[in-house]
Amino acid sequence: MFKWFGKVNYTPYTKVADFARHLRDGRLMGSRCKRCGATSFPPRADCDACMHGEFEFFEVSGKGTLHTFTKIVAAPTGFEDVTPYTIGVVDLDGGGKALAWFGDSIPEQDISIGMEVQVVPRIFEELEEIKVYYSLEQPGTTWSKAEQPW
Amino acid sequence: MTRVGIIGLGHGVFGRRSDATVQELAFEAFRAAMEDAGIERDAVDASVIGSVPEYHKQRSLAGVVQEYLGLVPKPTWLTEVACASGSAAMRTAWMAIKAGVHDVVAVIGCQKMTELSTPEILALMGRVGEVQWESGFGTTFPGYYAMFAKRHMHEFGTTRDHLLDVAVKNHHYGAMNPLALFRKEITAEKAKASEDVATPFQVYDCCANADGAACVILASEDRAREISSKPVWLSGMGCASATMSVLRRPNLVGLPSAEHAAAQAYAMAGIGPADVKVADVHDCFTIAEIMAYEDLGFCERGEGGPFVAEKQSYIGGKVAVNVDGGLKAKGHPIGATGVSMTYEIAKQLRGEAGERQVPDADVGLTHNVGGIGQYCFVQVLTRD
Ligand SMILES: [Zn+2]
Repeated sequence: MFKWFGKVNYTPYTKVADFARHLRDGRLMGSRCKRCGATSFPPRADCDACMHGEFEFFEVSGKGTLHTFTKIVAAPTGFEDVTPYTIGVVDLDGGGKALAWFGDSIPEQDISIGMEVQVVPRIFEELEEIKVYYSLEQPGTTWSKAEQPW
Repeated sequence: MTRVGIIGLGHGVFGRRSDATVQELAFEAFRAAMEDAGIERDAVDASVIGSVPEYHKQRSLAGVVQEYLGLVPKPTWLTEVACASGSAAMRTAWMAIKAGVHDVVAVIGCQKMTELSTPEILALMGRVGEVQWESGFGTTFPGYYAMFAKRHMHEFGTTRDHLLDVAVKNHHYGAMNPLALFRKEITAEKAKASEDVATPFQVYDCCANADGAACVILASEDRAREISSKPVWLSGMGCASATMSVLRRPNLVGLPSAEHAAAQAYAMAGIGPADVKVADVHDCFTIAEIMAYEDLGFCERGEGGPFVAEKQSYIGGKVAVNVDGGLKAKGHPIGATGVSMTYEIAKQLRGEAGERQVPDADVGLTHNVGGIGQYCFVQVLTRD
């Protein structure tokens, strides 16, 4: 069901497809290698450390620190209706990074590198089909069927 | 193993070339390089074509170029690593000669970027990054480099004016280059009045798509000395990769592939950054040139902004950088760019750069980046 993930999805088929099902249910998941225990976010099926091919999902807090961000004004196909939008890269507390939009709990003028944020599962409410993503929010923001970030 | 020399140089005008197909652009550069080398086509053993296929209607570009150049049935192949495709062609030709498989190889970088409609360009633009975890959030090419710029500004105090100093410098030199797309000086004030693209970038922080071609003829040392009275040598050849996903990078203030490629090239050439007199670096966005100064060791990490502000990258400074206008003013026909860089630096080493000539240019460097640093090629060029 990975086709659920993203406003535009280019990779409907992947060994970590269940990531999107978990996201729909409000859980943000990383991957852990069943042999050496190495973890990854975003998740990956095949271990980067030992090349083992079996993994399990584990839930991550999504909490982290903003590494950088930009407001995109010139947008690609599929994003015309939400332009402009601000994306950020987060250093996650448990390791790994995530890239996402800012949600409405963080006003644009408050965005600054080094601020604490949380990656929170979200669902596109206005669509009939299931479409999930995650957004960057104030720490402690819980998963909710909240307003869109734009 | 033999050294590899540059014996022929050719370069067409970069810009919106509504007058020509991609193979016609390739022919202009190839003919000029053959005339420069003073050889006929029977002396060429093979060709390598650097280009990015998704911009062309013609699939499998090497075939149509090879036919149009009249090089059939000699071997040809295409190299693709995004905006570094031209340098990948250089490297594979260099490898073929080093290995003793071929003696003389024509390297042609060529690209038409104006064949696609705006919707087609916008669709391509949405898939520039890693598509599984990043593109679904609407990332763009300027957006990625903008995030490097924001982080660089945060960590090192690099300023908006530092970024624009790069654009002003490159347009200054581009105005003197008859092969360049933009031949006009700009001011920081004009740049600050241009439209936003991705904060902090505005239009003048970004290079422009262009059509164009460049050709370099390479030869083994023996053949180079027979053919040319002024060969320029590929003395250091570095090449490295970095993760496709920026989420797998340790930081976003430099390109690790560039640091690796530079270290290899310097070691092979037996020189250091202080020996480089003239360089063409990959300034696809203003921050990219500032990071290049640092990744190549022209200055310390974080000092790239002051480096350009103090005019250390102008002619007369520590190292003259992008005095052909760079991608910024010369234009960026992505497959041609790497070969165009080698053309410019070889011209400088031959003392043929006209009013842009860097005095005593005996060691030069090219730095060609693919994507957001996923690929980087660094060449050190020397003369006898
Ligand atoms: Zn493992």
